[in-house]
Amino acid sequence: MLSITDLVIGFHTPRGTIHAVDGVSLSLDEGEVLGVVGESGCGKSVLALSVLGLLPQPPAFVAGGKILFRDQDLLKLPGDAWRRLRGNAIGMIFQEPMTALNPVFTVGNQLMEVFRVHRNLGRAEALRESVEMLAKVGVPAPERRVKEYPYQLSGGMRQRVMIAMALACNPDLLLADEPTTALDVSIQAQILELMIALKEDMGTAIMLITHDLGVVAEMTQRVAVMYTGRIMEEASTVTLFDNPLHPYTLGLMGAIPRADATFETEALTEIQGVVPGLGNLPPGCHFAPRCPRVMDVCRTEVPPLVAVAPDHRVACWAVTHG
Amino acid sequence: MAELLAVRHLVKHFPLRQGFWGRQGAAVRAVDDISFNIAENETLGLVGESGCGKSTAGFSILRLIEPTSGEVWFEGENLPALSPERLRTHRRKMQIVFQDPFGSLNPRMTVERIVEEPLLNYEDLASGQRKQRVAEALETVGLLPEYMTRFPHEFSGGQRQRICVARALVLQPRLVIGDEPVSALDVSVRAQVLNLMVRLQRQLKLSYLFISHDLSVIRYVSHRVGVMYLGRLVEMADVKTIYDQPAHPYTRALLSAVPLPDPRRRRRRIVLQGDVPSPIHPPPGCHFHPRCPEAMAICREEPPRMRRLAAGHRVCCHLYNDHEEWIVQPPASRTEIRLQPQDKGESV
Ligand SMILES: Nc1ncnc2c1ncn2[C@@H]1O[C@H](COP(=O)(O)OP(=O)(O)OP(=O)(O)O)[C@@H](O)[C@H]1O
Ligand SMILES: Nc1ncnc2c1ncn2[C@@H]1O[C@H](COP(=O)(O)OP(=O)(O)OP(=O)(O)O)[C@@H](O)[C@H]1O
Ligand code: SF4
Ligand SMILES: [Mg+2]
Ligand SMILES: [Mg+2]
Repeated sequence: MLSITDLVIGFHTPRGTIHAVDGVSLSLDEGEVLGVVGESGCGKSVLALSVLGLLPQPPAFVAGGKILFRDQDLLKLPGDAWRRLRGNAIGMIFQEPMTALNPVFTVGNQLMEVFRVHRNLGRAEALRESVEMLAKVGVPAPERRVKEYPYQLSGGMRQRVMIAMALACNPDLLLADEPTTALDVSIQAQILELMIALKEDMGTAIMLITHDLGVVAEMTQRVAVMYTGRIMEEASTVTLFDNPLHPYTLGLMGAIPRADATFETEALTEIQGVVPGLGNLPPGCHFAPRCPRVMDVCRTEVPPLVAVAPDHRVACWAVTHG
Repeated sequence: MAELLAVRHLVKHFPLRQGFWGRQGAAVRAVDDISFNIAENETLGLVGESGCGKSTAGFSILRLIEPTSGEVWFEGENLPALSPERLRTHRRKMQIVFQDPFGSLNPRMTVERIVEEPLLNYEDLASGQRKQRVAEALETVGLLPEYMTRFPHEFSGGQRQRICVARALVLQPRLVIGDEPVSALDVSVRAQVLNLMVRLQRQLKLSYLFISHDLSVIRYVSHRVGVMYLGRLVEMADVKTIYDQPAHPYTRALLSAVPLPDPRRRRRRIVLQGDVPSPIHPPPGCHFHPRCPEAMAICREEPPRMRRLAAGHRVCCHLYNDHEEWIVQPPASRTEIRLQPQDKGESV
């Protein structure tokens, strides 16, 4: 359904050109939930925005690659066609709903707009559908809420409104960029349940971006682990958790407390050093300066993403040639 | 374990501007009568969702904000009742590390100035001695002495948080309050800071009040855990009891809602409906009743009392009305009585 090949997204910055997404290839089947995990700044949002055609150009520019959505090359799409696609076939949820909701219109106005434009409904019908949709995503007293402005809602409520808007166009693909990161656990649980229902009832495919390995484990079928713009490892979720191979993935997993561990029973694994800035990345493998298994070749040659099993790809010299 | 800190009936209400809601006396009841102890060399984890009053509790204990009422006993004295001068001598032994390693360091000060500032405030040292102490503090947290001349922006998030920890340790405190000390950090860096805090506790016999909304972090670092909801403690016990046998419906729901990093484990999530209500007009009876899957008629009318389920395990919920009431004991540090484990109020 969605196939991204060798995508490179650059940014012109005062200090030179950086590559926030650096040769990413990913695909997503109909109805599948794919997780993209990685630490802050690794390019997850830039990747999502590029699929949505929402990159700020400039400073961003597409330096190479292809994004095919059902055989349409998105990167060649004219602006208004992209906008139509975004409203219909591709929906989105962002971390901070305030950036996606227009503060000067009521919730109802914004929802009704979606129904009127994308489903060609009249005013009264759009209003009825809006109220129904809000109820469906668990907004209490939806008749009252449609008349309110985004600032009058709590964070969780806004997130639900944004999901309602994404659902209103009944998308085949939903891009969710940290949809629960800013929320409390009990609200996060509500939103995750909603997304599961969406997938099961409507067969929506979801690309779920998060830095929370717990959310990945519960929600996704497949995961890609990103580091400084590149995919380091990709596998079915069960395989990734059972048999992580990339030293970075292993480091990430060791860094979170296991369910039954306490500081008295075991120390957390630390990844030495810090994530390098995109302006001064090492040649070769980006993880080399922090990697416990680093070899000479890692410092000079970029490791390709290689299939080590049918559902498992790794970009690491030590794993493939060590 | 000897008691270091004893908090008794701590209350902090933030009055709303008069007439704002068209009524007088309305207030945000941020912390509403909480009591607990922290022993020497112990970590107490305080967990709860956004706005439940965790930070307010921490700040009130340090008197960074003035509590509305209640007692905070530290080394035998009740801090809220002390004069500013007396307070100073105690407060240097209680330090705080904040969530935001970016906002809490002055960008125009060198690392040396930042870490030495508490020494300037509290100790009368020659500059050579001061430098020595700063270097020691930096070394303790794993930073090189040559970083002293650098500025915060030259450091990563994890390193900045280490600078904050060094600043907290330079006065050799006995209690460190960590208010979401790792929440702003990336996973790989979070592990570094958590390991550091654990190591320092062992080395320096520190006590921690560790505040976080992250249940897996709290589980990892705490000896005992208190769960807060809308300004009140709803359950408290040792860490194993809280996570293995949670008694309060809120604790249970929270724990079931945390996504676990294990794709084979499929649990039934208890999904709480609705949002946390406003602490200005908390629901009558049990604050939790509008969202509680177990709510009964009595929950809507009467606030539940704290009940004692087992030694050190207390819960505030009408489901446990057949258990004896939890009695808040006077602080041992005042009465000089060491309570025996089988006593009712053994550890609060
Ligand atoms: N408008 C921009 N101009 C310059 N650089 C940018 C811009 N937007 C993003 N970047 C850079 O691109 C990189 C990737 O950013 P991105 O927002 O995709 O990270 P992310 O993985 O989503 O991180 P987070 O988890 O913090 O959301 C970052 O290093 C960022 O500095
Ligand atoms: N200075 C203040 N004036 C008025 N209300 C306040 C003030 N500080 C905090 N509050 C309110 O008190 C309540 C408790 O806030 P507090 O910051 O202690 O919660 P918290 O548990 O630390 O939340 P978080 O997880 O978001 O940090 C909240 O409703 C908050 O809005
Ligand atoms: S007192 Fe009632 S409403 Fe409150 S938690 Fe217990 S059962 Fe639920
Ligand atoms: Mg992002
Ligand atoms: Mg707080």
